[in-house]
Amino acid sequence: MKQWKNFTKGFIKDNPVFILLLGLCPALGVTTSAFNGLGMGLATTFVLLGSNTVVSIIKNVIPNKVRIPSFIVIIASFVTIVQLTMEAYLPDLFDSLGLFIPLIVVNCLVMGRAEAFASKNNIGSSIVDALGMGLGFTLALTMLGGLREILGAYSIFGIQLIPGVTDGMLVFVLAPGAFIGMGYLIILFNFLKKKTA
Amino acid sequence: MEYFAIIIGAIFVNNIVLAQFLGICPYMGVSAKVSTSVGMSGAVLFVMTLATIVTFLIYNYVLVPFNITYLQTISYILVISSLVQMVEIILKKVSPELYQALGIFLPLITTNCAIMGVALLTVQNEFTLMQGVVFAISHATGFALAIILFAGIREHMELMDLPKAMRGAPAALVVAGILALAFMGFAGLV
Repeated sequence: MKQWKNFTKGFIKDNPVFILLLGLCPALGVTTSAFNGLGMGLATTFVLLGSNTVVSIIKNVIPNKVRIPSFIVIIASFVTIVQLTMEAYLPDLFDSLGLFIPLIVVNCLVMGRAEAFASKNNIGSSIVDALGMGLGFTLALTMLGGLREILGAYSIFGIQLIPGVTDGMLVFVLAPGAFIGMGYLIILFNFLKKKTA
Repeated sequence: MEYFAIIIGAIFVNNIVLAQFLGICPYMGVSAKVSTSVGMSGAVLFVMTLATIVTFLIYNYVLVPFNITYLQTISYILVISSLVQMVEIILKKVSPELYQALGIFLPLITTNCAIMGVALLTVQNEFTLMQGVVFAISHATGFALAIILFAGIREHMELMDLPKAMRGAPAALVVAGILALAFMGFAGLV
């Protein structure tokens, strides 16, 4: 039961993007379509899972003073794995996510979970925490990407909603739409949080 | 002429915050007052320029000759975080006034993706060192422009009677969206 709560907290109550406002750069930068949001979310989930697992295994070996640099190296290693794998197998997605893949390394969410959770808890809870938070992040990015894709191109995951109509409100695919869409989704999540609490 | 294109492009057309979505965390975090946003801009200008120079040298004189460019991400983040630490220590000794002004913003900068983003973009665009420096300074100026404008608006927003649900982050994001809309007017300038 405790683990289930630990797992689901990232979905609404502590949603990393909409409630905690962590990792805003990739959330705004790559969500031009639902698919991009999903890809970025899963890539971040993988890094989070790897870093949380390794940090919780070696937390007793790392001296307290050098823990932050050690976390950074661990995170950067997993980011490099994602970067090389994605470049090899999903080159299209890699191109559209661009700069934001190496920048997972400075995503405050990944660092924040390593410091606030994995360095204090056992490996089981850390993996559950990483999965919950990562999926919450993926959910947020997919929602924002979906919203922008529906309004901006009248499609979702590349499937046209209205046959024959392709040019939607372009502003939602461009930069301003990211900020405005995010603002209104935050309101929605604050409302959901109040409802579920 | 080519420097002119880099400068205008980086400050207005591809504004680092409003068009490229880098450095959103400090943009939302320290923009409540104009004075703090000026301090943050100063720190970003300083570290961004230094970090771009150092990472440029490391990429071209260490990573490329030894054929280990896949270590780019790891080496960059290590260099940037130790650089920030070093700058902090040196400033404290050499110029206490500047340290007073920038002090609290420096540790925050390590997690600022704008710094690393500009360092990566410099390599991606295959700039020379001089172009890279101009690129970094212009991007930092663009950051300063965006955050100071935003802080000015937010100071006024404090006094406004907004619906309860909009207060705080949502209203700030919508304002940022409108600013981004304004900056889109510069598109196609270079």
